[in-house]
Amino acid sequence: MLQVSIYRYNPETDSAPYMQEFQVDTQGRDVMVLDVLHMMKEQDNGLAYRRSCREGVCGSDGMNMNGKNGLACITPLSEVVKGNKLVLRPLPGLPVIRDLVVDMGLFYQQYERIQPYLQNDEPAPAIERLQSPEDRDKLDGLYECILCACCSTSCPSFWWNPDKFVGPAGLLQSYRFLVDSRDTATRDRLSELEDPFSVFRCRGIMNCVAVCPKGLNPTRAIGKIREMLLADGS
Amino acid sequence: MVTNVTNLGRSGLSDWLIQRVSAVILALYTLFIVLYLLFNPNLDYATWSGLFAQTWMRIFSLLAFVSLAGHAWVGLWTVTTDYLKPTAIRVTVQLLVILAIFAFLVWGIQILWGA
Amino acid sequence: MSNMRSLTFDAIIIGGGGAGLRAALELAKSGKKTAVLSKVFPTRSHTVSAQGGITCAIASADPDDDWRWHMYDTVKGGDYIADQDAAEYMCSEGPKAVFELEHMGLPFSRFDNGRIYQRPFGGQSKDYGAGGQAARTCAAADRTGHALLHTLYQNNLKNNTTFLNEWYAVDLVKNANGDVVGCIAMDIETGEVVHVKSKATVLATGGSGRIYASTTNALINTGDGIGMALRAGFPMQDMEMWQFHPTGIYGAGTLVTEGCRGEGGYLVNKDGERFMERYAPNAKDLAGRDVVARSMVMEILEGRGCGENGDHVYLKLDHLGEEVLGKRLPGIVELSKTFAHVDPAKEPIPVVPTCHYMMGGVPTNVHGQAIMRGEDGKDQIVNGLFACGEAACVSVHGANRLGGNSLLDLVVFGRAAGMFIEGALNEGIDYLDASESDVETAMKRITRWNESEGGETVPELKRELQAIMQNSFGVFREEENMQKGVKQLAELRGRIANAYLPDKTNAFNTARVEALELDNLMEVAEATAIAALERKESRGAHSRYDYPDRDDVNWLKHSLYFPADKTVGKRDVNFAPRTVDTFEPKVRTY
Repeated sequence: MLQVSIYRYNPETDSAPYMQEFQVDTQGRDVMVLDVLHMMKEQDNGLAYRRSCREGVCGSDGMNMNGKNGLACITPLSEVVKGNKLVLRPLPGLPVIRDLVVDMGLFYQQYERIQPYLQNDEPAPAIERLQSPEDRDKLDGLYECILCACCSTSCPSFWWNPDKFVGPAGLLQSYRFLVDSRDTATRDRLSELEDPFSVFRCRGIMNCVAVCPKGLNPTRAIGKIREMLLADGS
Repeated sequence: MVTNVTNLGRSGLSDWLIQRVSAVILALYTLFIVLYLLFNPNLDYATWSGLFAQTWMRIFSLLAFVSLAGHAWVGLWTVTTDYLKPTAIRVTVQLLVILAIFAFLVWGIQILWGA
Repeated sequence: MSNMRSLTFDAIIIGGGGAGLRAALELAKSGKKTAVLSKVFPTRSHTVSAQGGITCAIASADPDDDWRWHMYDTVKGGDYIADQDAAEYMCSEGPKAVFELEHMGLPFSRFDNGRIYQRPFGGQSKDYGAGGQAARTCAAADRTGHALLHTLYQNNLKNNTTFLNEWYAVDLVKNANGDVVGCIAMDIETGEVVHVKSKATVLATGGSGRIYASTTNALINTGDGIGMALRAGFPMQDMEMWQFHPTGIYGAGTLVTEGCRGEGGYLVNKDGERFMERYAPNAKDLAGRDVVARSMVMEILEGRGCGENGDHVYLKLDHLGEEVLGKRLPGIVELSKTFAHVDPAKEPIPVVPTCHYMMGGVPTNVHGQAIMRGEDGKDQIVNGLFACGEAACVSVHGANRLGGNSLLDLVVFGRAAGMFIEGALNEGIDYLDASESDVETAMKRITRWNESEGGETVPELKRELQAIMQNSFGVFREEENMQKGVKQLAELRGRIANAYLPDKTNAFNTARVEALELDNLMEVAEATAIAALERKESRGAHSRYDYPDRDDVNWLKHSLYFPADKTVGKRDVNFAPRTVDTFEPKVRTY
């Protein structure tokens, strides 16, 4: 029997959040944390969490498992459970709507702020814009982001300034467009980032790198943005 | 872009650059002082004061003091914006920090060029 | 009822996947008051899971490629019940739609000359089948769906589309004339139920693979649009046609792209034999998906399956080398390690045919307008109702969809629906408002759940439904077993109608959403079962032991399921493309 301790809060019925204990029979199998949540939801129908693809590409089920952010659907128990105990909490730093469901509004706002779309002021050709495989390779490790918010919600700088610091997820996407050979808005993008908060609040703590379920490296991307700002502003 | 009026360089980039450059200067200054102390185990007042009587040392020291002031301001400004959310408290603390840094800087200059 | 809030739009798009976002983009650019209503944040939609690519004759891998060859493959792949006017539209408009995606920023992989990378996929040929294997599937590594969905979402942000994210559409609202004039929807976060009024309602709700116990589909694929349309009394087309993807990871059900075989991987049985050489001597592992899936099941049934229970086969990729795997199939390497505990660079991946795609859906024309049967027995447009993407049956996929054609379907017909609705709105649409009783009718279902006071709960009923579908309507089907399944479903319907929702709170109540989804699964399952029982032949994905051959005399037709009396009719397949000669039905071999 796996001991699960899970964060519960229903704004309609609870005056304050609390931790609830569950006993889950996994029959000794090394299932994913999401499977454990399904088993718990059968015990208590009211348990709320987000889920969709259950294969680690949609980014719905980011949560804090035994103290570390990750995706429940691709995290096997063997990876997180210590001493037969699993503690599940919502992603830190964002307002809780109910149980493990957080309000991702601030996270999405920061994503939208970096203008996450290709901008090219030249007329489009009749076919595709050409891009060399080398230039395309520069997008690897950037475009794969699934917006699960595991990184930004593990970042102390984002905790303190979620309204001003873009956060690792947004900055990774910012660099994805800055480095795209097809994008011509580099200058405008950079000028939006040179203030003391948007990029420079990153302190290189690298929690984002440690938790990214897709193995991406936002800290490196932030470093590259700084280099571009320096080259552009000096 | 997040606008801000209380940071030192008016831009994150210059703040960041100030922080880095001042750190290098402070590191060099610290290294110099440490080495100087190591190579002069029986340091007395006359030698120490002699060192600071030389113009290059005064310039080097002033540079270090200014760097320290800039470094401290950028760093403490960041700390106040991280942890002090009520505006009145934050601005008050920031003013106090500025005053302190200014006072220490003037005091430092006075020591260097004073009697 | 009267205190219910209402929202008014020119067009409401239900579903934030590829089709919905593409339609929304078109409408947002036109300046119409449009909203996308999605039960998940748009980038969590199932399009994100598409891997291999988007098939389209952009003449990159082969400068002489021709959209007509693609159309031929599509019609043949669909076992000749794809509508040829629709296939023609999709294949000829396709390049434009793909280039648009590239201009929007989709990070396609590239050839050395800078053009979009294309890989071979199943069922692709040059020169109408005479020129050998083609490479026509445009790819962004093996994350094409992810790249496509994010690109579309990003461009909707750019064009200021209104999003109602984490809203759930409950039922369609019809006026006294039977026109669709909006829907009832619930804001999941607050539980508030709202009347959404709209001149055009687009169902872009995707598939419903969750009617099966084992599926590659996301947990959200519960056929909500199909359920809503069926409850509103509209017919469904070709619902018996469910694609079983040859390579779902054994045990987990997660998808391994056909691109693996496109890049040179192949299937082996327990003797290490590349068995597809026997079943499809020319195309081998790149035959149509229905053909490959059936061959795999044959191998397993004849005792040549792998593993302790001999119930799966292996997909061999190790000979491709780490570099190709890392560059072209990085997502597959990740998925295999996570879900099969296998490193494909060293060992083969255990795979089994797994429910993947619903070829059927809301019958539409190429503009996305929903079609029903008029009193004269002829096709009649449903005013106000549109469908695109997997929820629709245009039909370009016929009895079996080709790999890479679903993403093309999404963008081409999402775009087409958007353009058509813009035109229609410009000309002016004026339908009668829904009366209070019309709205009440649409509220019935959610009211029933909210007032339920006891009975069976949702998870156990869902499990039972999935087991029935898995056992009676799988890769191979047979009369007696299907009859049993239909009976079991009828009994289950009664129990679901009396099922119980214990949690009636409002804030982010996922239990309520799952209850509402169960009704939709039930609708889809029953439509599938009854249509499958009725089609007495084997065609494409629908294979029957008792009717092993294709019957072009009686069944070169779409099936049309009518929910009111649960009967199945036939609808003519279109054999009249506008610019090319008709592809006459031939025996289908690979």
